[in-house]
Amino acid sequence: MINIPATLRISLRALRVNKMRSALTMLGIIIGVGAVIAMLAVGTGASSQIQQQISSLGSNLLMVVPGATSSGGVRMGAGTQSTLTVGDADAVLKECPAVSDVAPVLSGVAQIVYGNQNWSTGVTGTTPGMLNVRDWKLSAGRAFTEQDVKSSTKVCLLGQTVVDMLFGGLDPVGQIVRIKKIPFTVIGVLEAKGQDPRGQDQDDAIYVPVTTAQKKLFGTTFPGMIRMMMVKAKSTEDLDSAERQINELLRQRHRIGQRQDNDFTVRNLTQMMQAAEQSASVMTMLLGAIASVSLLVGGIGIMNIMLVSVTERTREIGIRMAVGAKTWDIRLQFIIEALALSLTGGAVGIIIGLTSSQIISSLAEWPTIVSPLSVLLAFSFSGLVGIFFGFYPAYKASLLNPIEALRYE
Amino acid sequence: MPLIEANGIQKVYRTGDIDLCALCDVSLAIDKGEFVAIMGQSGSGKSTFMNILGCLDKPTGGKYILEGIDTGGLDRDELASIRNKKIGFVFQGFNLLSRASALENVELPMFYDGLSSKERKLKAMYALKSVGLEGREGHHPNQLSGGQQQRVAIARALVNNAPIILADEPTGNLDTKTSAGIMELFVKLNTESNITIILVTHETDISEYSKRVIKFLDGRIVSDEKKGNLPQRHRDTEEKLG
Repeated sequence: MINIPATLRISLRALRVNKMRSALTMLGIIIGVGAVIAMLAVGTGASSQIQQQISSLGSNLLMVVPGATSSGGVRMGAGTQSTLTVGDADAVLKECPAVSDVAPVLSGVAQIVYGNQNWSTGVTGTTPGMLNVRDWKLSAGRAFTEQDVKSSTKVCLLGQTVVDMLFGGLDPVGQIVRIKKIPFTVIGVLEAKGQDPRGQDQDDAIYVPVTTAQKKLFGTTFPGMIRMMMVKAKSTEDLDSAERQINELLRQRHRIGQRQDNDFTVRNLTQMMQAAEQSASVMTMLLGAIASVSLLVGGIGIMNIMLVSVTERTREIGIRMAVGAKTWDIRLQFIIEALALSLTGGAVGIIIGLTSSQIISSLAEWPTIVSPLSVLLAFSFSGLVGIFFGFYPAYKASLLNPIEALRYE
Repeated sequence: MPLIEANGIQKVYRTGDIDLCALCDVSLAIDKGEFVAIMGQSGSGKSTFMNILGCLDKPTGGKYILEGIDTGGLDRDELASIRNKKIGFVFQGFNLLSRASALENVELPMFYDGLSSKERKLKAMYALKSVGLEGREGHHPNQLSGGQQQRVAIARALVNNAPIILADEPTGNLDTKTSAGIMELFVKLNTESNITIILVTHETDISEYSKRVIKFLDGRIVSDEKKGNLPQRHRDTEEKLG
């Protein structure tokens, strides 16, 4: 019964008559929608960056570090005591059912020379399990094997940064590099991984068999000593049981009595990262909520202008009523007008939101991700705002007394 | 059955403790095809009565029966529907939508009657033609003279084939010559299309065009005269106006 296209035409004409006023009213919605989209993009970008870091670190990761030494009551901090051994790492892999892989780590800094190039970087002694634990793949060559570890062969895997520094454009696989003047054969190159959550370049590293590191590079204070071990649990659900099993096993192996403190610490990295991710999504929600407030303020602007418009057009409303406009004809006319304002504003706001997300990410070098859902959400929210704030003026208009409205000057 | 039947219509405004009686016990019947002039001083209640006849207002007492329908039991929207289909309004101040063209103004009642845009345009063009405004469809009210604006308003009143036209001081804003033209148009509509015309005026010259004159004073009907030989009187007026 109610003629929507024609009502729409009437509403649009009314908006065109007051171009400046309509544009200013829309500006509130434009800024609101733009802000919601941009803020959600910033938040989502941060979340995804953290997620990326989590996956680059390796999923379901636990770290076991030795405990603190204390000399004369002065405690020296985690990792200062050297209590972990390759044997511990093997035992954890064999005896903890929740653990899928273990990588012992013995690391140090060393000078590497290839031809006339040299570079100083961290050298990590480990086992083939490292690649699985860190979810890391090779971009060239092969990984070292258990056999390499057993016979402490002088082979190494290079991170991408080291390759860039020493080899330029050359293929490093098969070449000989000198680490602390000892020749090592490069057997593989690790895929580029980028920064870790602490901002360190994960690709600036060299991996060698752990036994080689112990015997040839860094030496050990006692046989089989390692700096720490990285443990991969079978699944996220297994993280807690893996932590418990490792604690139990190592307490037993290190002969720690009932009342004594552990001489090692198990750290759950994934949980820490998940907490960070959670806080990022809380931030996203917070930013979105603050931006929505400006959308709401825009809606109040619409209501304000619609109320003015109803007053200005009292006589028009009277004429329409006299020739037979019913309650909902009048209401719909003003609601459609408010909706046209808010949806046009919303559409422009989407464009503004997309561009400002681009600008933010290029100027602040902050990754922004505009999800289609956030665009849809902001747009439909602007529509709701239009209906909500358009309703009261429309309701007021529909209740006018036709006689008084016709007499209104 | 009369077209319009008013039985003991009352309109009482309450201001403070005093009841102000705008209409006291007005009873009246108007048949189809009549041309009635309602006359009276300002404040006599004639406009209030007109608003009630036009279903713009509801009486506080009495019964108003339009084409056999008791309007007392109708709600806002039902009254709007009656205004749309049965009554065409012509006002002193024309009351056209200033932003719309003549054609769109005439289309307005059909717009609320749910007619298709094609039908609306066809009927509106026809109505404009019948009031002598062919070729002015696209003009906006501010591009038309007072007489032309009132013709647009009459076309709007005609377009839904309403049996009744209520004209509230239709010539109040027009000069005598233009007024005569508008009144001629009413007479023509009355005689040729048998449309019932009810006219509110305080000018005797204007009431001369009608076939029946009802006079109001202090909210009551004081006289109700039917006239026989309208064409004669009508010609007299025309000569007088030159």
